[in-house]
Parts: sequence; structure tokens; C-alpha cells
Amino acid sequence: MSQIVLPQSQISYLSDGVSLRSWLLTTDHKRIAILYMISITFFFFLGGSAAALIRYNLLVPQGMIQSAETYNRLFTMHGIIMVWFFLVPAVPVTIGNFMLPLMLGARDLAFPKLNLISWYLFMAGGACALYALFSGGIDTGWTFYTPLSSNYAQGHVAAVVIGIFISGFSSIATGLNFIVTIHRLRAPGLTWYRLPVFVWSLYSTSVIFVLATPVLAITLILLLFETLFHVGVFDPRLGGDPLLFQHLFWFYSHPAVYIMILPGLGVVSEIIPVFARKELFGYKFVVWASVSIAVIAFFVWGHHMFVSGQSLFASVTFSLLSYFVAVPSAIKVFNWLGTLHKGHIRFDAPMIYAFGFIGLFTMGGLTGLFLAALAADVELHDTYFVVAHFHYIMVGGMVSAYFAALHYWWPKMTGKMYPEMLARAAALLMFLGFNVTFFPQFILGYLGMPRRYHAYPPEFQVLNVLSSAGATILAAAYLMPLVYLTFSLFRGDRAPANPWGGLGLEWQTPSPPFTINFVVTPVVTKGPYEFPKPGIEPSDV
Amino acid sequence: MSEEVAPHTHFQYADATHQSDTAVAGMWLFLASEVLFFGGLIIAWMFCRHWQPAGFDAGGRETVLWIGTLNLFLLITSSFVYSSGLAFMEAGNIRRLVQCCVVTMAIGTLFLLLKFYEWHIDLSENLFPAGPFKITGTDAGGARMFWSFYFVATVLHALHMIIGVGLVGWVAVQARRGAFDDGWYTPVEVVGLYWSFVDIVWIVLYPVIYLVGRG
Repeated sequence: MSQIVLPQSQISYLSDGVSLRSWLLTTDHKRIAILYMISITFFFFLGGSAAALIRYNLLVPQGMIQSAETYNRLFTMHGIIMVWFFLVPAVPVTIGNFMLPLMLGARDLAFPKLNLISWYLFMAGGACALYALFSGGIDTGWTFYTPLSSNYAQGHVAAVVIGIFISGFSSIATGLNFIVTIHRLRAPGLTWYRLPVFVWSLYSTSVIFVLATPVLAITLILLLFETLFHVGVFDPRLGGDPLLFQHLFWFYSHPAVYIMILPGLGVVSEIIPVFARKELFGYKFVVWASVSIAVIAFFVWGHHMFVSGQSLFASVTFSLLSYFVAVPSAIKVFNWLGTLHKGHIRFDAPMIYAFGFIGLFTMGGLTGLFLAALAADVELHDTYFVVAHFHYIMVGGMVSAYFAALHYWWPKMTGKMYPEMLARAAALLMFLGFNVTFFPQFILGYLGMPRRYHAYPPEFQVLNVLSSAGATILAAAYLMPLVYLTFSLFRGDRAPANPWGGLGLEWQTPSPPFTINFVVTPVVTKGPYEFPKPGIEPSDV
Repeated sequence: MSEEVAPHTHFQYADATHQSDTAVAGMWLFLASEVLFFGGLIIAWMFCRHWQPAGFDAGGRETVLWIGTLNLFLLITSSFVYSSGLAFMEAGNIRRLVQCCVVTMAIGTLFLLLKFYEWHIDLSENLFPAGPFKITGTDAGGARMFWSFYFVATVLHALHMIIGVGLVGWVAVQARRGAFDDGWYTPVEVVGLYWSFVDIVWIVLYPVIYLVGRG
């Protein structure tokens, strides 16, 4: 195969130009990933601050923050920033951007310029949303249900909607780029069933990006049209239907929920075989579980609307379909356990995060079944039970997976090792803080405390204080990696090419990789998890 | 070690064909997302029409049929012209490609001018759904909603058209500069896919806007 060998091919991507311009105009997928990482870290701590204020308010029954209006704006800001500007881009767009070409043995994504454009779109969308959130904010919640977001809109609903609309195109561009790259830029010998599971999960996620996001885009356009001109597609007084908005919104947003977990499932499937030194159990089942989660994702949106007045037939159908999601999810969990069984397990920080993920994801998934059951949902709908459920999946699951991925690939991305003991401590603290924060919310929800209220009856105070106390532990646990990872950039030990003994192609490049990733395109002859038999130490690459 | 590779080929591709096929695949995928974009709009449209067919029909009868129909023929013709240009390019005839691009742009611009004229008529007849509205009585609600969808759909389609005219113009300029040869003309193909798609969107919108209400 003919390949162009560029003169600077032996330079690490980090030393290939140090000017601001060389970063802001780069088309190198690795540098763009770093740009994303800096952006989403900013958004994460911003959304986290809003969460901290929410928990602060709920310390006392009447609310520490006097105004319910302010409280409404805070949880809306928390939701919007965390969903669209952290969770959606966190693992797929940030970690995926860096790792995908490396895992495929490719020199870059298929469309590097589009990749850069998508970061700028993301930032433009983020700026729009931030402008609105800081110049008064909005109180609709992240779901923008009409008529609260149209007839009764307060604040800059239009600006936030435009921001999310723009950042949606960033998602579409990235998803498109990933799908085409996976189809077209695999190294010789890298057949579909030799792809790492993380690549499969990025593929599934990208399908959702490409096929669900445009529906959100058109929904937001209709909402914007309604807000600006006061005509009603969703306004019943003008012949419209507010349920139509919910259908269209959840047609995107339920698959989007799986954007916020599928890549995490992929990360964990990468980490467990490496630290158990064992081939991934049931590779094909894990792969097809990812794909089927992505497919089923498109057929379950109605479970958000059990009490909205949709027909009973629709509710029963959506309830049944929602149960189906549990099957591939359970396959994954059992296959991870199968992989761990009789493995030579190492408790490095990424593995501790992965263990945390398994536990919390299982809890989140099982409570999802409660909510998918019609009768139970009538009781639990819009209570803290729901809040706890999706935080177990999104924070306990996806944020744990993001930190797992960050630690696992940090040596590859930066060329530096992080302080292992601190990282393990942070991982354990995060697990602890998370459970103290969110487990009481299951009980609160079961007892009937509704979500999105700034005040509550006094009998709920103990559990709320517990939850807020947990949030402080969680906040400390999130600040730790920020400090020690930053510290490791300057003082960390140099990372070897393959610190964990992984078998993926990304470990065959130096740490940090060259600008062109691979001077010579690798040829793949076996699967990604074919570890030597237990007891034999792997030779380092 | 370095081998002779076409100047357009990026370093992650094995050869020009590899890159070209990838670009075409990317455009198809983009069009798939566009299908969902317009598809969502049309689903919402059909859903709303289902609940108030009389109002939608009353609204639909106010549309300017002759402009819509003429525009339909214009766009189908333009796709034919552009595809001919691509065929000329494949045969190595760049001069004809440029001519086809110019004709395509002219037809596209004519489409847009007619569309602007049609909007002018619509607005002057008080058919914009906000504010005073031409249709009153029981059908007013449905008719207003029809015109909401009408304006959202036609403005989005017109934006796609404007981008399309720009892209075809860019292809023409590149072709004149000699950027393409019979070994590499991927942009011509990719822009053609986009142009035909925008054409097809109009073919779908045409009956929904102009014919259903008159049936």
C-alpha cells in the first residue's frame, strides 16, 4: 500500500507546533480532542457548580435560596450544560476523537477539517447557551416542554434553543465522521470482529448522533418559530398539540440518553479485559448488545410520557419495548463478570472506576425497570426516584466511565503517568460520594418527593441533608483528578508506550503519539483481547 | 520511501480512489441525517393535518399553484443539467461541466427569485400565520398552522437551495481553474448528490403544500 511519509512524521503531536494558532487551526484529531477536553472540563465544573447550589438550597425544607425562580433557573442550567455540553460530547467526542483513529490504525479521521469545524460549532453553541444562562437564565428545565417554553417563556429560551441547535450540528458532524472513518479507514487485517468494543460502541453512538439529532433540530426550529411569532404548532389554543412536542423531543432525547451511556459501556469493555488479563467474554454478544441498544433506543421514547395522556395501548407497547433494553444491558454486565471470573485482576485506578461503573450502572439499569413498569411509573413519575435513576446511569455510569477512560488513556494522550495512589483514592471517594448523594434520592422519590421543587415537607429533611453531604464528598472527588492530572502534566513520570499491557493498536504508538499516528500502517492479525494464558506475564511492546 | 501520490490525497488515505469513495460515503450519510431532518418536519405536519384536515385544506388552497409547479419543473431540469455536467466531467470535458454548472446556478437562482415572489404574494395576502390572517372562521386555526409549516418548510428548503447554488458556483470556479481532471473530480460528484437531494425535498414538499388541499 502506498502511503505518504511526511517529513515531520517522527514528531510527537504535542511538540508539533506550540503556538495558539497551531492549536486553534489544527486538523489533528488528537489536538482537537484536547480542545474538546478543555472545553468540556470547563462546562463540567460550571454545571457542577449549579448542582452544588441545588444541593445547598435543599438543605432546609423551605429552601436556602429564597426564590423558587432562581432555583428553577439553576436546575435548568445544570441540566442543559451537563446534558448537551458535557455528557453528550464527553466520552464519544473527546476520548473517541483521540482514540478512534489510533485504534483503527489510521492516521486521522476521514474528514479532519469537518472535525475542527465541529469543535467550533460546539463552542459557538456553548457560547450562545452560556450567554442566555448568564443573562438571566431560563426556567423550563432541560426538556423545554411547551407551553412553558413558548407561551409562558421567561428569559432567553430562544438563545438557548439556538445554542443547542448549533451544537447539534457538531454532534452530527462528529457522528458522520466516525461512521465513515470506521467503515473506510481500518488498518489491513482489522476486520469488523477484530474491532475493539469501544470502536463498536462509538459506531452505535454515531448512528444515534446522525439519525436522532436532526429530529431534535427540526423540533427546536418549530419551537423557535412558535416562540418568536406566537403561532401554535404545539399550542392547543391554536389547534396545536403539546404532546407532539414531547413525542418529537423524546424521539431524539431518548436515543440521546444512550449517547450518554453506550460509549461508557465501550470504555469498560476495553478496561476489564486488560486489567483482568483475560479475553473479553462473549465478544460478539457484547458488540451486538451495543448495536441493539442503539436500535431499541429509537422505539422507547414513549416511556417518558406514561402520564402525559398518551393512549393506554401506546403506553403498554412502550413499556414492553423499554423492558427489551434490559436484555442487551444485562448481557454486557454478565459478560464483564464472565471476563473477571478467574482473571488475574489488577486494581489500578481505571479498573476501580470500571468496577464502580458496573455497580452503579446495574443499580441505575434495574431501577429503570421500575420506571418502565406502567403502574409503578404512575407513582414514581417526576419524583426523586427518577432523578436518582438517571443520575446512577449518567453520573454513576457515564461520568465514572469518562474518568476511567481518562485515566486509562491519560499516559497515551499526554505521555505522562498520573499519581496512582491519589487516583485510586479519588476513584473510591467518587464511588462513596456518589452513593451518599443519590441513594437517599431513591428513598425520597419512593416516599413521594417531587423533583424540581425548591421546597419540601420537613419530614424529608434528613435524607436531603444526607444527599447534600454526599454532594460535597463527590465535589471533592471530582476536584482531585483536576489537580493531580494537571500536576502530572508537569511533574508526572514519563509514560511508556504501553503501561497497562493492552493489545489494541493505540498501544503500538509511542506516548504521546506522533502527529501522523503510525509511520507505517500496522497490519492486524488477531483480535483485540487475545491475552496470553493466565500466569504468563505479557511481554511489553 | 515516499511515493508519488495525487496532490489532493490526504495523508490518511491509501490512494485517491480510497479518498474519493470515502467523501461520497460521507455525503450519503449527511443526506441520511437530512432525511431525518425534513422527515421530522413532515411527520409533524401530517400529524397536525390529521387533526384538522379542513383547516389545512383551506390553507392549502391559498397557495400559488403555478409558481410551485413551475419551480418543480425547474428543479428537476436543474438536476438533469447538473448530472449531465457530471457525465461530461467523467468523459473529461471540463468546459461542458462549467457550462452545466452555470445553467444549474441560473435555474437555481430563478427558482429562488420565484420563491421570493411567491412569499411576497403570500405576505401581501395576509397569509403569514402571525398577526392579521386572511382566513377566518372555524378553519382559521388549521389554516394558520398550515401556513406555519409552509413557511418553516419553504424557508429551510430555500436555505438549502442558497447553499446549493453557492456550492455549484464553487465547483464551476474550481473546474475553470483546472482543479479537476478525469482522475479526480470528487467534489463534482458530492455536490451533485447534495443538489439532487435538495431537488427531491421539493418533490416531496410540492404535493404536501400545493396538491393535498386541492384534492
